[in-house]
Amino acid sequence: MLWRLLTRTGVLLVSLAVASVAVFATMNILPGDPAEVALGVNATEGAKAALRTEFGLDRPLPVQYADWMGGMLTFDPGISYVSKAAIGPQVLDRLLVTLWLVGAAMALAILVAVPMGTWMAVRHRHPDGVALAAVSQVGVAVPAFLVGVLFIAVFAVRLRWLPSGGWVAPADDPVEFVRHLVLPATALALVQAAVLSRYVRSAVLDVLREDYLRTARAKGLTPVGAMVRHGLRNAAIPVVTVLGLQLATLLVGAVVVEQVFTLPGLGTLLLGAVGQRDLLMVQTVVMLLVAAVLIINWLVDLVYVVLDPRLRVAR
Amino acid sequence: MTTDQPGRPALQVRDLSVTTRSGTHLLSDLTFAIADGERVGLIGESGSGKSLTALAVMGLLSESLTATGGIRVSGHERNLIGEREGALSRLRGTTMAMVFQEPMTALNPTMRVGQQVAEVLTIHRRARGAQARERAVALLDQVGLPEPAETAHAFPHQLSGGQRQRVVIAMALANDPALLVCDEPTTALDVTVQDKVLGLIVDGVEARDAALLFITHDLAVVSRVCERVLVMYGGRIVESGPVGQVFAAPRHHYTAGLVAASALTGPRGGLSAIPGTVPSAGRFPTGCVFRTRCAAATSECEIQPRWDAAGAQGWACHHPIGAS
Repeated sequence: MLWRLLTRTGVLLVSLAVASVAVFATMNILPGDPAEVALGVNATEGAKAALRTEFGLDRPLPVQYADWMGGMLTFDPGISYVSKAAIGPQVLDRLLVTLWLVGAAMALAILVAVPMGTWMAVRHRHPDGVALAAVSQVGVAVPAFLVGVLFIAVFAVRLRWLPSGGWVAPADDPVEFVRHLVLPATALALVQAAVLSRYVRSAVLDVLREDYLRTARAKGLTPVGAMVRHGLRNAAIPVVTVLGLQLATLLVGAVVVEQVFTLPGLGTLLLGAVGQRDLLMVQTVVMLLVAAVLIINWLVDLVYVVLDPRLRVAR
Repeated sequence: MTTDQPGRPALQVRDLSVTTRSGTHLLSDLTFAIADGERVGLIGESGSGKSLTALAVMGLLSESLTATGGIRVSGHERNLIGEREGALSRLRGTTMAMVFQEPMTALNPTMRVGQQVAEVLTIHRRARGAQARERAVALLDQVGLPEPAETAHAFPHQLSGGQRQRVVIAMALANDPALLVCDEPTTALDVTVQDKVLGLIVDGVEARDAALLFITHDLAVVSRVCERVLVMYGGRIVESGPVGQVFAAPRHHYTAGLVAASALTGPRGGLSAIPGTVPSAGRFPTGCVFRTRCAAATSECEIQPRWDAAGAQGWACHHPIGAS
């Protein structure tokens, strides 16, 4: 158990280090001089040199890398070459919005997919189970942004039930916060729920064939009781893998959905920074997204051990 | 609740048939009874319907199969066929319990074995909480597991096959069932462990005066465990009777083939197999199910033979062995 924790954490740290070098190298090898981007093509050599000195761009790359990484670890990755504002606080604000969006979408997707997938599996020989499976199949094919646009057209424009976009911090007004979160989170969650429910279905179908479920029935548990007490935890093991992978795609989906609902999240920040060639900002946000994916996978590995005692072998 | 009627057998099966949706008969007109404290073996080759019989008795048939006929257990007045799932669930684990063939997969890999044993007590409200856990440890002790308190904390993968089967037996016996169904409980075990586990089952049912339905294809195991034997082929019972009598003087040619194949009392002493193979479900012939593999078959065998009996032994054959 401890060994697994240590090795997995080691792998995480090495992956983070490698990823950070890759992100830094990519951004710095790309053609284009940050000073020229910031000041325009007509800027004088002197002005560009002054800017390079100001932002430390004249230093050797390893030094710049170490400076940036040190900054990342203390939530102060530096100052934007374009807006000349500190990047850290901006990113943190935006990160919170994205975390709310992705967290709510994931929670919603799980809440929908687990009962739905279980139902599809248990009733797979019945018309209702087959119909539900068909619905989820269609759901898989619909992109999140389309759902978002549809939601805005129906619930915001036509019915005027919910705002079409924007963001209210939970501390400012909890009710408005929820009202603004519902549509984007649901748009993001629906597709994920459709995908996830299919994995839940196949995991539960596998478990239904297991001998221990029959043992549970022979003990006197009803089909539902046997599934709840003995089936779901075992079915959760393969589903958790998919959840980890899905969280990564959710982050990508969030970038799009934030655009549709004009949410001030990491996605809009990233796209804006790309448009303005705000190189350090792009570099920082990309690194954050990469780190999020790696950390999620690390967590998935640890959740396995909690779920499956067979992995808790002392080595 | 219902009360035990004196003289009523622990298990009574009458005209039990199981068919698939397409109408294929998997079991046909099974009729047998097991008295309290009686140990009955059910033998036959793979594919003859033994396990299906066990699952039908437990009410655990796949929902794509249809059972007809009568299955009655002592302590429950109504026919189990057509009974509500809730009522069946209350009988399973209390009145009737089952031990499965494959101990490696019969236990939930993510739950501690003590908890799995205690669960049989808690779902039927026989005990709860700490009391259930204590009883579980005592049950693990009864089935001969060393250091039962530590074993209760183990996960199934930390136990050997024999130990896991002991856990399954502990679960099955926990609520003192009137009927224990065992489906090849020792087939997957090492020969050295087999005899101990068999002893455990026999002692367990004897101590509770429970009826035992014991499925196996191993005739030596039947002789060791059972008093009476039912021989199954093609979803039908083709012969039944006291173990010693049936094995020493089988009347049905299929039984004779089984006995010869296991070389218990085979005249040649060597291995002799029954010619041909068991047809797949639905491919059994009309009339006598065994006639396509039987050396003694005649045109008469195209008609379903009736059940003949002499004393405690019975058979369904037009040309029984030993008939003049």
